[in-house]
Amino acid sequence: MMDGGHNGDALREGEQRIRNFNLNFGPQHPAAHGVLRMVLELDGEIVERVDPHIGLLHRGTEKLMESRTYLQNLPYFDRLDYVAPMNQEHAWCLAIERMVGVEVPMRGQLIRVLFCEIGRILNHLLNITTQALDVGALTPPLWGFEEREKLMVFYERACGARLHAAYFRPGGVHQDLPEELLADIMAWTETFPEVLDDLEELLTENRIFKQRNVDIGVISIEEAQAWGFSGVMVRGSGWAWDLRRAQPYECYDDFDFKIPIGKNGDTYDRYLCRMEEMRESVRIIRQAIEKLERWRGSPVLSADGKLAPPRRGEMKRSMEALIHHFKLYTEGFRVPAGEIYAAVEAPKGEFGVYLVSDGSNKPYRAKIRAPGFPHLQAMDHVCKGHMLADVSAILGTLDVVFGEIDR
Amino acid sequence: MAEAAAGDVGLEALAELIQSHQADALIETRIANGELTLIAEASRIIELVKFLRDAPACQFTTLIDICGVDWPQREQRFDVVYHFLSMLQNQRIRIKAMLREEETIPSIVSLFPAAEWFEREAFDMYGIFFSSHPDLRRILTDYGFTGYPLRKDFPTTGYVEVRYDEAQKRVVYEPVKLVQEYRKFDFMSPWEGAEYVLPGDEKTSD
Repeated sequence: MMDGGHNGDALREGEQRIRNFNLNFGPQHPAAHGVLRMVLELDGEIVERVDPHIGLLHRGTEKLMESRTYLQNLPYFDRLDYVAPMNQEHAWCLAIERMVGVEVPMRGQLIRVLFCEIGRILNHLLNITTQALDVGALTPPLWGFEEREKLMVFYERACGARLHAAYFRPGGVHQDLPEELLADIMAWTETFPEVLDDLEELLTENRIFKQRNVDIGVISIEEAQAWGFSGVMVRGSGWAWDLRRAQPYECYDDFDFKIPIGKNGDTYDRYLCRMEEMRESVRIIRQAIEKLERWRGSPVLSADGKLAPPRRGEMKRSMEALIHHFKLYTEGFRVPAGEIYAAVEAPKGEFGVYLVSDGSNKPYRAKIRAPGFPHLQAMDHVCKGHMLADVSAILGTLDVVFGEIDR
Repeated sequence: MAEAAAGDVGLEALAELIQSHQADALIETRIANGELTLIAEASRIIELVKFLRDAPACQFTTLIDICGVDWPQREQRFDVVYHFLSMLQNQRIRIKAMLREEETIPSIVSLFPAAEWFEREAFDMYGIFFSSHPDLRRILTDYGFTGYPLRKDFPTTGYVEVRYDEAQKRVVYEPVKLVQEYRKFDFMSPWEGAEYVLPGDEKTSD
């Protein structure tokens, strides 16, 4: 410490007395990954205190959800973590399905797994490359975003939208995949590892990248627990905790994949974890496509007509189907009274929905548990004693997106 | 189905264990949808949470979420709902405490630093006061916001709107003006659950 406490203060006079410097980081700062205002208290270049002011992107999602039907609420989940939209929808669908007790057909489950893993790659590509940008590397985002573009085209071919998919529906997925899409995704999984290799070549052993990341933002397992971390933020500290493995949902049980963990819990280890997770995701995608071939032609959406609408063709012939369609798109389906917490392993960590139903067609209360919220909260704890330049590196590694934090 | 039942047995054992150690703090334990819910006394929440964190059979060391739920028709209007996760036991638990509007609940920040923002959010959204919270400021709403938006009696449209005033060269706050009334659709079947009076039915109650 530069100023030696009380004794030093008494000796110094006037201009000599050193005051901490307050710095406003954001709300519009390229390294803030969205609209984040942080008030930093600096002692020279050492960060003494961080006070993140969030809520600049608050849209009142939870309030809005209370006056809309369950299905109308689904698209709100795309707008939370807009980097990996389908993973969020998944949590909402799981919550409803568990309350209603609906079984998702196998092909629907496989498509969900496939697109969740695509979402994971979408997210990690963005996170790794922009974090590298924050610490001074310009090329990775250019390469990474090219791959993201291809993945978003897959999104578009499946559901018609690049970002706000609204593809996962309670009971399955909205519609089956077009014929050639699976073959194209398979072809992509063959070229993508090369891109990862290129990225690794740029970053992993890069002297500047390592200087900026190794031993920065070290988080122990105890700290990760106390601060409510999940996802890569726990795995980077060496704990193989993954909801896909620990509390399997959908058909993740049937897949063969590894859970990469870090050793030192620093920013660099978390980078390595994310890199490795993408390779595992590619493996899962390939397995999912192989399984999907076996389930070709089977339904993707539960067909009892209580949660999901009937097919268009059926409606032309069956009176009952027509009634179901009318009921579902006016009143919507009802969820039995009760409460449930459903969580998925979103790319950023545990994304959960706490749903309270009063038995009507609208949720009585839906609380969205975003992984970024507790992660960002620990900013003050993690940044204390770091240099100013490390703030952006740490913010990058926390993997925050304000759509989900501010809700 | 057999799997779910096995899970419930484990939850029952856990519920009994907590009941035997923390009988004073608990009002009720419930198992529904494969989840264990403890209904707790608001004033004793700290002891209960500390027990759940430290007891070797529980080890709920990760705070997942804290949120409020508003039930305006109830005398104890608010639920404060805690979710915990034990990564060691691979188990989840939910604690609910009921509060009157003017009551406070002890903050658990001293046990879980992660509770700070979650409690701030519950305060911001519902006006629930957490006593001995180190820094109970608003978190998600605007600077200088008044009211508690997630309460059921708060209108979805809010009370004020903002716009940039070209003449004054600054953002001004004004009461909400809606071009048309906020439309709240009710598609519930009139035979079940609808609360409005159907045309012609208004005389039947007299």
